[in-house]
Amino acid sequence: MTTQRLENHLTLTINGEMVRLKEVSPTMTLLQYLQQSGQTGTKEGCGDGDCGACTVAVIGQGCDRKPHYQAMNSCLIPLAAVAGQEIVTVEGIANGQLHPVQAAMVQTGGSQCGYCTPGFIISLFAAYYDRTLEDAAVEGNLCRCTGYLPIRRAAQRVASGQSGDEGVLHVGGDRFAAKLEHVTPELSPLSYTGNNQQFYRPTRLSDALQLLQHHPESILVAGATDLGLEMSHHRQAFPVMISLEAIAELQQLEQMAEFVEIGAAVPLSRIEDILRGVFPSLDEMLHWFAARQVRNRATIGGNIGTASPIGDLPPVLLSLDAEVRIAGLVGERTIPLANFFKDYRQTDLQPGEIIVSVIIPKAIAPNATRRLSQSYKVGKRGTDDISIVAAAFTIDLDSEDRIVQARLAYGGVAATPVRAIAIEQQLIGKPWNMTTIQQIKPLLETAFTPLTDLRGTAEYRKLLIANLFEKFFVETSGLQ
Amino acid sequence: MSTVGKRKSHESAEGHVTGKAVYTDEQRPPVGMLSVYPVLAAHARAKITSIDTSAADEVEGLVTVLTAADVPGENDTGAIAHDEILLPTDEVMYWGQAVAWTVGETEDAARLAAQKITVEYEPLPPVLTIQDAIASDSFHTSPQVIRRGDPNAALQTADLCLTGEVGVNGQDHFYLETQTSWVIPDGAGHYQVYSSTQHPTETQIIIARVLGIPTNQVVVTCLRMGGGFGGKESQANPFASVAAIAAYKTGRPVRVKLNRQHDMILTGKRHGFLGHYTVGFSYDGRITALDVDLYADGGWSLDLSPPVLLRAMLHVDNAYYIPNLEVRGRIAKTNTVSNTAFRGFGGPQGMVVIEDIVDRVARSLNLPPDVVRERNFYHGTGETNTTHYGQEIFDNRIARVWSDVQANAEVAERKVAIAQFNQTHTYTKRGLAITPVKFGISFNKTQYNQAGALILIYTDGSIQLNHGGTEMGQGLHTKMLQVAAQTLGVNLNRFRVMPTSTDKVPNTSATAASSGSDLNGQAVKDACETIKSRLAPVAAKMLALDTPEEMVFAEDWIYCRTYPSARVRFEDVVQQAYGDRVSLSATGYYRTPSIYWNAETGRGRPFYYYAYGAAVSEVEVDGFTGTFKLLQVDIVHDVGESLNPLVDQGQIEGGFVQGMGWLTMEELVWDAQGRLRTDAPSTYKIPTISEVPEHFKVQLLERAAQDGVIYGSKAVGEPPLMLAISVREAIRAAIAAFGQPDHVPLTSPATPEATLKAIDYVRTHSTVAAKSSIDPDPALKS
Repeated sequence: MTTQRLENHLTLTINGEMVRLKEVSPTMTLLQYLQQSGQTGTKEGCGDGDCGACTVAVIGQGCDRKPHYQAMNSCLIPLAAVAGQEIVTVEGIANGQLHPVQAAMVQTGGSQCGYCTPGFIISLFAAYYDRTLEDAAVEGNLCRCTGYLPIRRAAQRVASGQSGDEGVLHVGGDRFAAKLEHVTPELSPLSYTGNNQQFYRPTRLSDALQLLQHHPESILVAGATDLGLEMSHHRQAFPVMISLEAIAELQQLEQMAEFVEIGAAVPLSRIEDILRGVFPSLDEMLHWFAARQVRNRATIGGNIGTASPIGDLPPVLLSLDAEVRIAGLVGERTIPLANFFKDYRQTDLQPGEIIVSVIIPKAIAPNATRRLSQSYKVGKRGTDDISIVAAAFTIDLDSEDRIVQARLAYGGVAATPVRAIAIEQQLIGKPWNMTTIQQIKPLLETAFTPLTDLRGTAEYRKLLIANLFEKFFVETSGLQ
Repeated sequence: MSTVGKRKSHESAEGHVTGKAVYTDEQRPPVGMLSVYPVLAAHARAKITSIDTSAADEVEGLVTVLTAADVPGENDTGAIAHDEILLPTDEVMYWGQAVAWTVGETEDAARLAAQKITVEYEPLPPVLTIQDAIASDSFHTSPQVIRRGDPNAALQTADLCLTGEVGVNGQDHFYLETQTSWVIPDGAGHYQVYSSTQHPTETQIIIARVLGIPTNQVVVTCLRMGGGFGGKESQANPFASVAAIAAYKTGRPVRVKLNRQHDMILTGKRHGFLGHYTVGFSYDGRITALDVDLYADGGWSLDLSPPVLLRAMLHVDNAYYIPNLEVRGRIAKTNTVSNTAFRGFGGPQGMVVIEDIVDRVARSLNLPPDVVRERNFYHGTGETNTTHYGQEIFDNRIARVWSDVQANAEVAERKVAIAQFNQTHTYTKRGLAITPVKFGISFNKTQYNQAGALILIYTDGSIQLNHGGTEMGQGLHTKMLQVAAQTLGVNLNRFRVMPTSTDKVPNTSATAASSGSDLNGQAVKDACETIKSRLAPVAAKMLALDTPEEMVFAEDWIYCRTYPSARVRFEDVVQQAYGDRVSLSATGYYRTPSIYWNAETGRGRPFYYYAYGAAVSEVEVDGFTGTFKLLQVDIVHDVGESLNPLVDQGQIEGGFVQGMGWLTMEELVWDAQGRLRTDAPSTYKIPTISEVPEHFKVQLLERAAQDGVIYGSKAVGEPPLMLAISVREAIRAAIAAFGQPDHVPLTSPATPEATLKAIDYVRTHSTVAAKSSIDPDPALKS
């Protein structure tokens, strides 16, 4: 792999047409490319992956391993990351007649200024073929004009088959559905250089490790929903990038009797679908994790590797005693996630190492008879916001409702995602009742020294740290 | 065939959904177009000691750097006062102000060059908040006063008095399309400008001013905007001017498109307000006197702050008759971005203040807030139906919208259910609130209440429609098409709506103040009537009739009212008219009658009429986190006889959700150095679809035709935003249910943190206030 000749061109397919690009920067975003090539239907509303105006559909692998149209923010996609893939934009879905999602949006008044509309159309388009035309399909699309109601009506109209009145296309029988039957969503290997930057997409872990050894300065790409900000917003160039997105070992998601192992490059959407019902706190947090476009790209390895103190998954994984499997050229090691986060955006990952997977044990503590587990995320806005405080709790109880084991994990309260370990220990042996909660709450309020920032004051964060634990107790006890 | 009143989709809807609708920056770029990029000030207030651009020169693709010395005309873009320097010479007035602009072959080159420019400053102490401004006497203007009756005396004799403070937050427009302009010089001293502006005429005037050339050398065209909301009423001007200066200096086409972060840092927002009040009221909750100071945060320059403040002062009554009222208004001068127009234009801030006061009055008396609201409504005739600025509300529909919405929303039953819910739930509480809106329609400045149109008919019978209004998504072009088609009695598909352009209709007003269809609709109708009056004799002649005044234009035919079976096609008449040398183009013009305003006395009839609405909102609040969920919304709104119910419903729903965002989650945060910390959608949260409840019902008030307005319709752009005050008040009602308070101090926006703080207050300050046990606090009676 490392000795392989570097290609100087990229190919991708946009609206059915193969495009061959020479010497382009691999960190040019897909949105920038679309706009520079005059395909201006796709809009930039923020360049941050937060507004969805730039949404395009990329044919990728769904949880069933089959090809699906997946809505993604083109402002966060490095061009090289979609090499070899098929992309559909707003310009490509009407063919003499409007697509049903377009027709419905016209009929319900779903566009006013129209600037966000292309993004909504593509989100609805992707949901149309997945038969998931509901609010969640467009929660990552901001509209400032309509208040969303006519957009919701459009989705409902299509979902109930009402927009076919003017000879529009029908799911199942149309060319977009047919297309899905004839593509292979697997990513092919890539070694590309352009604009003095190199972009590698190996398909084997060993190749990735070799590349990493040859290019210690390289940056790993696993979804790029965070890294993409650097390219989009700061126009940052990276000399060498290694994409982990095509590595088979990192794409595994295995459910065993004792544990679940999630490959580092598995996108969150797939985790959401496959593991639904296994870990309630994971389900809950994934529901609030960004929006569809981001979850289709973002990976679990990326979310822990970037080590943000306000990452959504770490508190959940910490509360479930997750472990991280790490590979290097000399071999593999597995460490508790609790030992992985070292300091602000610092991890235990050593030079040359790659996160392979995250392992979540299923078993409850010995001597325990039942487990209570849930997660909470508080932001200024419920949907698609960065948390002020996120919390995940796992309490294992014995037959007399005494606490056998406790895990209280938080995000947004310290330089890293953290557990309240001292308090966890104090809880052991205590009865799971309101008296215990009220004893613990004052301790929780002073357990951390959070910051005051634009999202909230330190005082509010302290209150949340304690209140969320009480909320957990109240909700799991059936109180109102 | 009637086109007016139909649920017609937006005229560009197919362009929107296919991505083919062209916005300013989506046009085919002219050869050699350059891009500009700003160098942002690092301090909220500082002397500029030096600007060193030498390192930028090394950047490949840099063409030039613009500083104050490059401005050929007046270095100022102020809309009202000439106090808005475009390229600062010696002092920066807010953090992020553009000190210089780089001009590059590409935006990347301009950006790289901008990063290499070093500016040295000598920091000065900034004034960052209204409170700072009050303390340091930093104001743009002297106080303005509007008074009715004798509030001082009435406060002395009132049963009860309360004094308090209400802070109202600002709001970023967050139009999806950021500020964009292209300026294309023709080499002969003329400039064709494409700008995402709500006010092409003002953009034209200011570019001419900045370039030092006559206005007729500049043409400003607005294709369409990707959202405006007031944020492009004056805010397009400075950026279009920068591009114009660059075009002037280089002789090449120049584009400016702000990235989102720059847009949020550089452009004005909804004014934050601070209100101080003393209110006097009776034991039964009737407000007898109100004395209120309103401070608007104007930011560093005046911009449109005076009329914004005035509108706040004229809406501090909302729907309530207050016999003795004095409102004093003043514009604070702070070292922040210069605040500007935003849907409602001060009206919402004035209303939030009075609704806060009414709620406080109600809770202090242990009366339901909706009962107290209703008791204070304008009513009857004469004095009790006349505002504090002397305008009689001759068509008062407050009671109608109020009773209709209560019935639609089944308020009585739901109040019982909510009380039961709150009794059985310790940790979450529900609240319901009903709030009214009465919003004055017309520009406060009388001269802006005029409009023009230009109709061009071609010999094949196809028509170009020009008018002075701009399209920002509100459906104005759609409505104008309907008006023109209705008036001319022809099919909609004959028309092409032309981009708004100052060489077609000159001296236009901003598309603002909800006035777009009222003003331009009448002008379009006037132009169409002129054409009809010319075509009617031609048609009569073709039909061998001598009764041109009897001609009917309908469904693409022209015929005599009394003899409809003999008829001629519209396009045949057009052909004949051309042959007969009859002009096929006409201008139209309109000015709103009967309005006047005396700024000295603070009295007059500033508004042609009022728009009314009422909303019922129900929320559930989480006592652990302060988060809320909006459960149900019911609205009755008065749009007169709707020109287009689909468009009007869209304005009501969209305005409401935008207002809900403002009052509950959109928090602008500046740090102690005056730096805006919420400059992206990752930090500044506008509502998503998930914040909008499934149950959201809008009913247009029935039998509501408005005399004297285009086809009986009414303005709809701004008023619905203020219906969202019901969400804030519903949250307050839910907070109150965590205790038994006689006051629920809730700051704005009602973020989870603000709500939790209010819950904490309620839990620790609960009194069981029986109506009879209240004594007036003598300390408050001053």
